[in-house]
Amino acid sequence: MARVMVMMSGGVDSSVAAALLHEQGHDVTGVTLKLWGGESDSGCCSVSDVEDARRVAAQIGIAHYVFNFADAFDTDVVAPYVDAYAMGETPNPCVECNRTMKFGRVLERARRLDFDFVATGHHARVVTADAGPALARAVDAAKDQSYVLYMLGPAELARIMLPVGELTKAEVRDHARALGLRTAEKRESMDVCFIKRGERDTFLGARIPRRSGSIVDEQGAIVGAHDGIDAFTIGQRRGLGVSVGERRYVTDIAVGSGVVTVGPRDALLEDRVRLRDVIRSRVLPIVMHAQPRAHGAPFAATLDGDMLQFASPQTRISPGQVVAFYDGDVCCGGGIVAE
Amino acid sequence: MPIPPAGDRSAVVYLDHAASTPMRLEAIAAMEPFLAAHPGNPSGGHGAARATKTALEEARETVALVCGCRPDEVVFTGSGSESDNLAVKGAAWAARAHDPALDGVVTSGIEHKAVLGASARLGAQGFRIAQVRAGGDGIVDLDLLGGELDERTAVVSVMLVNNETGVRQPVAEIARLVRERAPRAVMHSDAIQAPQWLDFAPLTSAVDLVAISGHKFGGPKGVGALVVRSGTTLVPLVDGGGHEQGRRAGTQNVAGIVAFAAALRVTHERRAEEITRIAALRDELEHGLAAQVSGFHVNGASEARVAGLLHCTFDDVEAETLLLALDRQGVMAASGSACSSGAVDPSHVLLAMGMPQLRALSSVRFSLGYASTRADVDAALVIVPEVVAKLRVA
Repeated sequence: MARVMVMMSGGVDSSVAAALLHEQGHDVTGVTLKLWGGESDSGCCSVSDVEDARRVAAQIGIAHYVFNFADAFDTDVVAPYVDAYAMGETPNPCVECNRTMKFGRVLERARRLDFDFVATGHHARVVTADAGPALARAVDAAKDQSYVLYMLGPAELARIMLPVGELTKAEVRDHARALGLRTAEKRESMDVCFIKRGERDTFLGARIPRRSGSIVDEQGAIVGAHDGIDAFTIGQRRGLGVSVGERRYVTDIAVGSGVVTVGPRDALLEDRVRLRDVIRSRVLPIVMHAQPRAHGAPFAATLDGDMLQFASPQTRISPGQVVAFYDGDVCCGGGIVAE
Repeated sequence: MPIPPAGDRSAVVYLDHAASTPMRLEAIAAMEPFLAAHPGNPSGGHGAARATKTALEEARETVALVCGCRPDEVVFTGSGSESDNLAVKGAAWAARAHDPALDGVVTSGIEHKAVLGASARLGAQGFRIAQVRAGGDGIVDLDLLGGELDERTAVVSVMLVNNETGVRQPVAEIARLVRERAPRAVMHSDAIQAPQWLDFAPLTSAVDLVAISGHKFGGPKGVGALVVRSGTTLVPLVDGGGHEQGRRAGTQNVAGIVAFAAALRVTHERRAEEITRIAALRDELEHGLAAQVSGFHVNGASEARVAGLLHCTFDDVEAETLLLALDRQGVMAASGSACSSGAVDPSHVLLAMGMPQLRALSSVRFSLGYASTRADVDAALVIVPEVVAKLRVA
């Protein structure tokens, strides 16, 4: 029996994570993080989500607390997210939240409070391997979230439990239903938790001084105009406001000049990308599988220093995006795409 | 007290009486007949109705006696927050209806969120809101408050006892200032933390409105009262059948009100004796912590505090972490200011006293009440220093 602090977002996965650990005989305490003081409509921030988590904890029969990390979340997650967009990058705030909040501050607080483990409802697994515990993909491949946990190394993983990674999503819901948990049928939140659905531009617009600029084609000819680079992501096709016959994609965003370049799909193909803040939590295989998006298909690649070399050309990955490294099902680290 | 177990709890040390008290046995006994035996609606005309109407009016007389007002000046409500809202909004709306120039609302930064929320709502409706800060001693700054008063002030609201620090506010003096400088203003005082600690009848004669709440003195949750001195006009929050002298429509919670009155009567009768006992326990807790824990500070002027409250700072310990660790050991305390989600926010009271945010976030409130025992203090004096030391080392 271990003392486990389980982070309960008010969703079905973390509800079942808490229930499973309790059923396994652990001394389980639920905590819900209050991360965002502003308006939002999803994620782990609203009072109704806290109520759901609290109610589930009571149904399971465990204590429940709320941690107010709203200020830290603003500093460590929201501000860098906004800054990244201002720099023309495409950040992943869930990754930063995992790094700084869930497996940063909460892990540290749990240690202070003498908990042996922290747990979440992430769909991923902690497996035992040669060089200590390793992060592995979830049993339910379609729901795998190991990508957003790529930063976890053996030291952290030794103190982390991810019980729902052993179950399919259907099994998770079945378990919640069997226990009569009120979160059993709750919809999954897919969006950034601190931004209302479809209001990213409004959110960023209120925080970044918008600077208009021109949209040019591969040859540099002006084909349109825009009111701010933060509305664009590399590879974006929709909402460009230009019509030039065939399909055009954003191929480059120049932060200094504010010029957004569009081109055909082929122009997005690259055979390598430079990474920064590379984490190697395990020995990498010579040819690894690199995954550039949360649910994107992995491709074969090699890592030379901080240069990720693709086995075959890939659609360009936006600066700021995470590339996670895999050896089979085991995550070995990752990095962030540099400019 | 059947409280579900958590963690390694070996004791149940309830030190959160300022949040809510256990019900007094006299209150439970008083309410029991009205849960099943007496079904009548007090507004009805038959025998069953008369029985509940009689109980309701007897309760009103008891409350009036303790509050130092006439029975028809007692309005029963559903909570302390409702009483505060009826007072602040009701008086402001009535003033503006009478004279649109009356648009000033003056309150303090250390008020309960019920008063702050009500005045914020009035602000959104075009009222001018002034919020006066307190000094480091936790007492509202009278000079600043005086400076906000004028001919157009419609409502002034200052609490009698602060719910976090336990510091008494000079409400009688404030009332004098108000009569002098804002003669048209209605003066409200949130006395929700007061009944256990003070004979507040003298206050009632100095102001127009006084709010109290049952569960702070051994009554049930969900019953409050507002004393409305005759001659005070209020626009009701709830319109309907003219209940409660037309100030609050809705069939009265007879069982709850009867229990409320019983608890208030017992509290009043035993006040002096309970204060002596509880003050000694609180002082023992405070001195014991001061002796055992370094970096320990008491917040709010000691001499101005009511008997049961100890608001204090533990340097380099986050209140959120401390409260969780204490709860696991069975010691139940609070940060004083919980938001609706249950998260610990930096206390607006401490911030209004000029305390830096970091220190505010290292502060907790221990509050004793009539149910507190020596065993509670003894256990706390073992557990709290241990937990604090452990969190500081970790």
